[in-house]
Amino acid sequence: MSKIIELKNVNKWFDKFQALKDVSLEVNQQEKIVICGPSGSGKSTLIRCINRLEEHQQGQIIVDGKEISENTKDIEKIRAEVGMVFQQFNLFPHLSILDNCTLAPIWVKKLPKKQAEEIAMKNLERVQIADQAKKFPGQLSGGQQQRCALARALCMEPKIMLFDEPTSALDPEMIKEVLDAMVDLAKAGMTMIVVTHEMGFAKEVADNMIFMDEGKIVEKAKTKDFFDNPKSERTKLFLSQIL
Amino acid sequence: MNLNLLKPNKENLNTFVTTGSTLILVGFFDFFTSTFLDLNFTRFLPGGLSFLTPIILGVIGLHLIRIEFSGNRLLDKINTNFNSSNFNAFLSLLVIFALIKYIPSILNWFIFDADFAGNTKQDCTSGGACWVFVKVWLNRFVYGMYPDAEQWRINTSFFMLFALVGASFFTPANLKKYLLIFLLFIYPTIGFKLISGGDFGLKFIETGAWGGLSLTFIVSAFALILCFPIGMFLALGRRSKLPAIRYSSIGFIELWRGVPLITVLFMSAVMFPMFLPDGTYVDKLIRVLVAITLFEAAYMAEVIRGGLQALPKGQYEAAKSLGMGYWRMHFLIVLPQALKLVIPGIANTFLALVKDTPLIFVVGLLELAGMVNLAKTNPEWLGMAMEGYVFAGLVFWVICYAMSRYSQNLEKKLSTER
Repeated sequence: MSKIIELKNVNKWFDKFQALKDVSLEVNQQEKIVICGPSGSGKSTLIRCINRLEEHQQGQIIVDGKEISENTKDIEKIRAEVGMVFQQFNLFPHLSILDNCTLAPIWVKKLPKKQAEEIAMKNLERVQIADQAKKFPGQLSGGQQQRCALARALCMEPKIMLFDEPTSALDPEMIKEVLDAMVDLAKAGMTMIVVTHEMGFAKEVADNMIFMDEGKIVEKAKTKDFFDNPKSERTKLFLSQIL
Repeated sequence: MNLNLLKPNKENLNTFVTTGSTLILVGFFDFFTSTFLDLNFTRFLPGGLSFLTPIILGVIGLHLIRIEFSGNRLLDKINTNFNSSNFNAFLSLLVIFALIKYIPSILNWFIFDADFAGNTKQDCTSGGACWVFVKVWLNRFVYGMYPDAEQWRINTSFFMLFALVGASFFTPANLKKYLLIFLLFIYPTIGFKLISGGDFGLKFIETGAWGGLSLTFIVSAFALILCFPIGMFLALGRRSKLPAIRYSSIGFIELWRGVPLITVLFMSAVMFPMFLPDGTYVDKLIRVLVAITLFEAAYMAEVIRGGLQALPKGQYEAAKSLGMGYWRMHFLIVLPQALKLVIPGIANTFLALVKDTPLIFVVGLLELAGMVNLAKTNPEWLGMAMEGYVFAGLVFWVICYAMSRYSQNLEKKLSTER
């Protein structure tokens, strides 16, 4: 398996506060990684650096063979290959569900409208909200909105998917429908990096687990080892609190 | 019977309602006779008290009928809407009495005592408004000094505009954008050429002769259409990450916002020509249009910036994460939402712009209010200022109210939070 994302000694500061400390990470194609850790530990910042929604100050981030830095001319091209799902869904409220899904394929990938709509419907069906295509985001439940956000990202046919706490803003009974869609996606072979506290999902899907605290990767291990046999005391404490 | 006059109760509903209504009726009767018949029944009371009797009687009456959940729907309605406390009862009565007192005299001035027939000031004899003045001058109020024989040109160009706008409601969606492009870029040239003339065998009519309501429309329409995109780019510029663009936008906006429009117009008329090389000449109207446009664009920029800042950061991030660059992100995601948010502010700026147009009198251009101003100084029509300004005010109000209603409709139409 070949590397698709590589982080080498990445450091990131918000003013004086250091959010990432010497983070190094390699992600292979089709690998699924779940990142967990207490709030403020830098999990979100880490994945947001991968598509440069946040800028890192030191170190290297290489995505699909291209290094991301302030000199990157085609950051849009890299972002088009890296899908992202946000905690707050961030659907475009002025567009219908279908238009949310076709907008970027039409304007960024320059697909003809008809083809974009076909892809959109296929992906909406995949997350089981094809019947809501004509509605606006404000008319949907949180779970439906998040599945639409997932479909929107998939319509760009990305190589990598990033999930930034996708279920944290949802009512408990809607979490499952979103997780099901994500499991389905994982089984289809997508490369995924997921920041989440849903340990059930992690156990089912993840190849590797990462535990972060205070901007550092404290522990990285195979999923089974991570849960059965965590090495660091900090991880043990964290797991004992959320499991 | 348990009658406590200070605490009306439901048990004695009928007694209270009868007494209360009688008192209110007496109050109204007294008010009517003293206002319209010059009969004051309460003259025996000391001066001030006699003047206030209707209100005092009314408030006591309203107090007596203030019974909660009486079961009578009309009574309940009156009590909740006009009579919820003694103070509110007092205010309600005051407003009702004031309306009864002043509306008839206003109506008399406007219609019943007004003069409509005739052609000179001497025909106005009845003491009300002299609408003859407006009638005689109407042509000037609408067309300014534009020659009578050529006025069909103005009519044609405005008729074209209305026809095009009307047609835009019925054209299918895929043709709409062509119509819009025609309206925004080609029509203004045609309209302008038609009115100014000089080619195609049309007599040239210099802009100094343009005037009246048609000039109000021309100036507002051009300024409205042009200030909007300029304001939009200034708003984006002010939020740009590039210092050169950011600071020049800030400089531009603060410069134009800090200067009164009348000064700007004056400068455009007097100082601007001094900077031009000899022999070049920019038409007065064009200079004024540019000045108003840039002035309003600065305001528009700040209104739009308000919308840009109100948008959640997540919208920008979502657009970026889908691979959109700056322009796509702004034109597809950010601006459609931001502009929708600030429709009330945009309408506000547009209304202010329309009402600012009379200021172009400082450079000698006379639109509606300017023409009124001119007409009232005509020796044959002295003393007609009131009629003229009321007329101009009404016309402006109609225009502005129409715009305001349109903006409200647009807001409703664009709302997706059903």
